[in-house]
Formats: sequence, C-alpha cells, structure tokens
Amino acid sequence: MVSVTRIVLQRLVLGLLTLFVVSIVIFIAVNMLPGDFAQAILGQGATPEAVEAIRRDLGLDQPPVIRYFQWLGRALQGDLGSSFAQANFANFTGTESGATTVAAQIAPRFANTMFLAGVTAAIAVPVSLVLGILAALYRNSAFDRVANIFTLSSISSPEFFLAYVLILFLAVLNPLLPSLSNIYSDMTLGQRVERTLLPALTLTLVVTAHMMRMTRAAIINLLASPYIEMARLKGLSPLRVIVHHALPNALAPIINVIALNLAYLITGVVVVEVVFVYPGIGQLFVDAVKIRDIPMVQACCLIFAAAYILLNFSADILSILSNPRLRHPK
Amino acid sequence: MTRISRRGLLRSGAAAGVLAATGLPVLAQAKKGGRLRVGLNGANTSDSWDGRTHSDAFMVNCGQGAVFDCLTEVSASGELIGELAESWEASPDAKTWTFTLRQGVTFHNGKAFGADDVIASLNMHVAEGAKSAAQPIVSAVTEMKKLGTHQVQITLNAGNADFPFLMSDYHILMYPAGQIEEAIAKGIGTGLYEVVSFDPGVRFVGKRVAGHYKDGRAGWFDEIEIIAINDSSARTTALLTNQVDVINRIDFKTEPLLRANPKTMIFEVTGNQHNTFPMLMDVPPFDNLDVRLALKWSVDRQELVDKILQGHGRVGNDHPIGPANQYYADDLPQIEMDLDKAKFHLKQAGRDNLMVDLHVSNAAFNGAVDAAQLYQASAKGAGININVVREPADGYWSNVWLKKPWCASYYSGRATEDWMFATAYESGAPWNESHWEDARFNELMLMGRKELDSARRRTIYHEMQQILSERGSSVIPMYANYVDAASTALAHGENIGNNYQMDGSRIVERWWFA
Repeated sequence: MVSVTRIVLQRLVLGLLTLFVVSIVIFIAVNMLPGDFAQAILGQGATPEAVEAIRRDLGLDQPPVIRYFQWLGRALQGDLGSSFAQANFANFTGTESGATTVAAQIAPRFANTMFLAGVTAAIAVPVSLVLGILAALYRNSAFDRVANIFTLSSISSPEFFLAYVLILFLAVLNPLLPSLSNIYSDMTLGQRVERTLLPALTLTLVVTAHMMRMTRAAIINLLASPYIEMARLKGLSPLRVIVHHALPNALAPIINVIALNLAYLITGVVVVEVVFVYPGIGQLFVDAVKIRDIPMVQACCLIFAAAYILLNFSADILSILSNPRLRHPK
Repeated sequence: MTRISRRGLLRSGAAAGVLAATGLPVLAQAKKGGRLRVGLNGANTSDSWDGRTHSDAFMVNCGQGAVFDCLTEVSASGELIGELAESWEASPDAKTWTFTLRQGVTFHNGKAFGADDVIASLNMHVAEGAKSAAQPIVSAVTEMKKLGTHQVQITLNAGNADFPFLMSDYHILMYPAGQIEEAIAKGIGTGLYEVVSFDPGVRFVGKRVAGHYKDGRAGWFDEIEIIAINDSSARTTALLTNQVDVINRIDFKTEPLLRANPKTMIFEVTGNQHNTFPMLMDVPPFDNLDVRLALKWSVDRQELVDKILQGHGRVGNDHPIGPANQYYADDLPQIEMDLDKAKFHLKQAGRDNLMVDLHVSNAAFNGAVDAAQLYQASAKGAGININVVREPADGYWSNVWLKKPWCASYYSGRATEDWMFATAYESGAPWNESHWEDARFNELMLMGRKELDSARRRTIYHEMQQILSERGSSVIPMYANYVDAASTALAHGENIGNNYQMDGSRIVERWWFA
C-alpha cells in the first residue's frame, strides 16, 4: 500500500501544478481576446472616458503580468476575488456591501450543476453498465445491434437536437415533464428531480454510448482468456461467467470511462443548460467569457480543471485498487 | 374616447384624471385573479433592485413594471399620465416644475410616500458623482425644494418642456427616503406587486398588494412570476408547453408557427427602435451632401424590412423619431430607392462612380451583415460600389462604431424628441454617431426644448425631422417592431404601449386572464 500513498501524493502535486498552468493559459487566452471588460460591459455606450474610468476602478490599466500575480497571490490565500461585473456594479452605486465574491456567486450554480450531474449519473451509469453487460452477453444478437445503433446515434447527434426531440415527445406531444428546468432554492427535492429530469435524460443519451461500448468491449476482450474458458467448462451460466469472472477484471477501463463522462457532465453541459434554462455553472461561465470577466472565468476554469483532475485521479486509484497486480507490484 | 393632445396635458397635468376616466369602459371586462407567468430575456446574475442599473427587459419589467412606480407614466395609448404625481405645473420658461403628489400612498413596508421620498430618489441620479444611466436626463436639475408634504418644486438650469415626460423613465424609480439601501436590497417600492422572492438572473415572484391607488384600472393578477429565459428557442418552447403565459422578443423565424397555433397570439407594435447606417459627415466623401443623398436614394428600404426584419418593421426616413414619439412626422415625403436620383446626385458631386467601405457586424443589429449586402446589391445599379467590410462582433462598439467613416448601428429610440436628438444628433454629444452638425438644426433644438406650446413644438420637431431626412448624415432604413407572444388565455386593453416591448414593460399591470 506504500506505493498507493506515494502515487496519491505524486498525483496531487501534479494536479496542483496543472491547475497553476491552466490558470496561466486561461489568463493569457482571455487577455488575447479582442476587447476587454470595460468595452464589453459598456457596449454602445463606450466613450473613451467611461472605458478609462472602469479600467482604472478595476485595475485593468495595469500590465497583465502584474494583474496575474495579484490574482495569484490572493487566490493562494483562498480569495478568488470579486467578479468584475459585481465590482463594477458596486463602484457604480457606491455601496461596498453590494459586492459579492466570485465564490459566493458560483456556489449555488455549482451546486445546481452537481445536482444535474448527480441525477444524470444515477440514471446513466447503471443503465450503461447493464446495457453493456447484456450486449456482451448477447453479443452480435439483434439486441446488441439495436443497443449499439441507438446509443451511437444519440451520441452522434448534437445535444440541443436530442434535447428538442425529448421536449417534443415528453413535453409537447405528451405533457409528462416540464420543458423549463429552472430550479430555485425553495423547491422540494421531488420538484427539483422532476424539473431536472428532461436535461438529465438528454445528458444520459449523450454519455451512455461511451460507457456502454467500453463495458461491452472490455468484457468481450476477456472472454477469450483461459480462465474464462475454465469457468465455462465448469458449467457456469454465461451471465455468471460475465458478472463474476469477467467484470471484475474489466473494471479498470470501465472506471476510467465513467470518470471521463462524469467530468464531462460537470464541465460540458452549457448547451443543455441553455435549452432547458437550467441555472448551472456553464451558463455563468459563458456569460463571464462574453464580458471578459477574468476573475469569474478563472474560477470557473479552475473548477472545471479540478473536476477533470480529481475524477481522473480517483479513476486511477480505483483501477489500481481493483487490480491486485497493481496493488501488489513486485 | 376623446382625443386629448398629449402636450396639452404637459403644462398642467390636472387633466390626467379625465384620461383615467376615459380609459375605464375598456377595462370593464377585466377580471381579477390568477398567477401570471412571464418568460423574459435580458436577465443577469448581477441584477438588483437598483433602478440606476436597469437596462434590459427583465429588470425593467420587474422594477418599473411591477414593484416600483415613477412620478409619471406613459399610458398604453401614449399619453403622459400621473403615476405617483397627481398633477404638475410649469413656470412659463419651463425651468421650474411643481409636482403635486398623490396622497395616501404607502410603500410595501408601510412607510407613507411623500415629498421627501421624491427628493431622495431623484438625488440618487442628480447628486455629484452619482453614476446613473439616467444622469444625462436629470443633469439639468439644479434645485429640489419641498413645498409641502405632497408637493415638490424642481428647478432646472435651462427650460425643458419634456421634463415630466423624462420622469417616466424606468431608471427614475421612487424609493423610501432614508431606507434606500434597504429598499434596493429587498425591493421595497410603491408598485402593484410586492416582492415574494427574487433570485437575480433566475426569477422574480411578486404578490398583489391589498389596496393600491391603481385599483380598478390596473393590477389584475393575484401573483406574478417572471422567469429569466435568455434563449429565444427556450422561451418559445416554454410558451408552447404552457410553462409560461407570455414571452418577449420572439424569433421572427418561428413567428408564423406561433401565429398558426390556436393557443398563442402575437402582439406586435412599431416603436422607436431603429437601425442606422451613420456616415461621418466630416470625413470625405461623406462631407459632400450629394454623395450622402446618392447613398440615401440607393437603398431598397422595403426590401430590408421584408428580408432582414421579415416584415416586422416599417421603413425609416433617415430621422430617428419613431411612431411612439409625440411629434413623429409621418407626412414627410418617403425616401425610396430611386437609382436615377442617386445617379443624378452622384453626377452633382462630380463623380461617375463611388467606392465606399461599409463596416458592419451583427453586433450592430441582428442581420446587419445581410442588410449591408442587400444595400451593396441595390446601390450597384447607381454606379455605387459598396465594399462590405465584416468586422468582429467583439469590441464592435469600441473599435468600429464612431471610428469608421461608415458603419452600422442601432438605437432603441427615446421617449421624447429632444432626448433622442440630444443623445445622438447634438453637436458635441459623445454619441453623435454621424458627427452631425447643422446650424439651423441646433437652433431648433434649443427652441424646442424651451417651448411649452404644443402646436409650435410640432412645427419645430417637424422641421428637425425634415432636415435630417433631407440632408442628414445617417441612413435610417427601418424601424424594428417589438414582437412578443402570449397565450390566448390572456386579454389586454384597447391599446398596447409602443414605447417599449411587453406593452411598455407594464404587462403585469395592464393585462388579465380572460
């Protein structure tokens, strides 16, 4: 187990380094975009004086390198700053109390995103595992073909298209579910789940194919191994062979794919959020990029990057733990 | 309904009561009750109850439309009526205005409304260093005096006959004096609906207050819910699946489908919103009047209305005053596409052909790039070669507009002629997008500002529109309509306000469930 601890530490350090690099890349990228916050927020009202005033108030008149290190210094102390929009607003009205921090703005949105990801995962992961196992069990049968065609066509269609197809069938033609998924803090869990169901189903369609195909492929891969043959020769049922003998050994790649898809559910669902008016973090992020709100963009990107790093990292650890050969290296 | 001149009301607003009375028969069938659900765009996470920052449909409908009131109000038929002010009186030079306030009005927290509240609220915009979007319209205020508990006298540094009209602006909301910070945090106004919950950028829920001075003429719903839906397809879906009862700004492409649906109706008004192609008149070749005229005569305006606005608009006449303005000159000769005239003016300018760059981006208005290409095609016939330069949408207003000699732009229009002209046509104004400069025009602008007589003002503003149409430096090819959609379960009064979208942003006050 010593090696696992070492790997954990190593990966955590590497993860922090990655976050640091991500923050530099994002900062440079946002600064390279044409226009800045002052111009974006003022729009048609952008007189040179007004632009100058906002830049001065927000410290945008300083060179980017200095601004980056100021941000970094505060971020290292756990302060992600205030979004430009909020800071500008506070300047505008002259009230300091009105300014809320990036963290306070992101927190409820991030919770919503996690909720949607959770509901989706609760549906998508079992469904794709079961489908994958069944497809492996009845490989090359009509069931296998249909499952493959269905999941592959849904992953190949754009998300908004799937979303509208679901809206058409489940909200317009058969009004079973609400097409608006705006959830609020004072809703009961049941209402929330009901409102979240359509976007969750859309995302399920998007992520199922990947996980199901990987489950199927990983299991089939093992079916040619001698120990599976042995199990079959013992007279075990095909289902038992697959679930008890093949699946444990196929877990590593499956866990990896599940982790990737979970990360996608946290970071890549902005289109679905827009279609269903779901108040998640993706929408916030896109709005922030649009107005070049750098503190907000940085914070969102760090969350996205951290989600990928943590999920990949836990996938690796879980694969090691699920594989005795890796758990006890020579 | 007897037609009362809008301007006649200005000098003395006492007749406002008459108007309210004439409006009553229409509302006789209005019914109380129900929860109205509205889907609006223009919501942001940084939204608040501070009227100084309101700029988009969502907060204007929540603020002015539901929770707060102004001193005056533009009625659905376009007349100026009193809201929190009962009447107003001007000195002959239009410099001193006395507002008499409504008695017995209370804020949602129980505080009585009076003269102090008006002064404190106006001070939010007038005070030194106040950063308010309404600053240009109240910057002329030099003194505010309390004459009694319900009377305020406001002195301006120069006469402005439109002052009561400006008090209907959606930024200038009335807050309780001494509790302004709290009122901004919680949303405490005098409006028909008090705040139940407000989640910035997500939704607002309001409840009808028990007794209100507008009882009997507005405020029919028991509850209202305004939901932020920034995406236009999502708004349409929400209306079609009965998640909301009414939505704003529908996509022109889906308009026929909504119209065909028996459960939805479209309501559309032509207001002052217009698209422009400003030419910098101090930069060659646009310094030559004949060149400008050649360009004015070589655009097919009807084609732009048909193809860019898909019919949801009206041709413009190169002046920025629209049908929602009081002195809109609809009798001016309409400039149409006439290539012979264009050629003639080109010849007058001593040219056989003309080569100009037109800088556009869809940031200027939806379809601006296509509009420029149509312009290019039609002008070719007159020997004018328009080179359409497509600019990036990012930074368009900073890098292209006001900088390139010819570009595309838009204005949502202003409630009064003077305000519109002062914003974009007064010499020296920062947003004078075409560097417009004309001695007679400037003289008329100053005259109109001080003039209280309605007939004389009509003549003045008519001439100003004529000047811009005949020799102005902006091509203004079209007015874009406000197009919104609602469920057929809703009903509304005889008129729909055209000063802003959603029945002048007051749909939650004015409509009811049939």
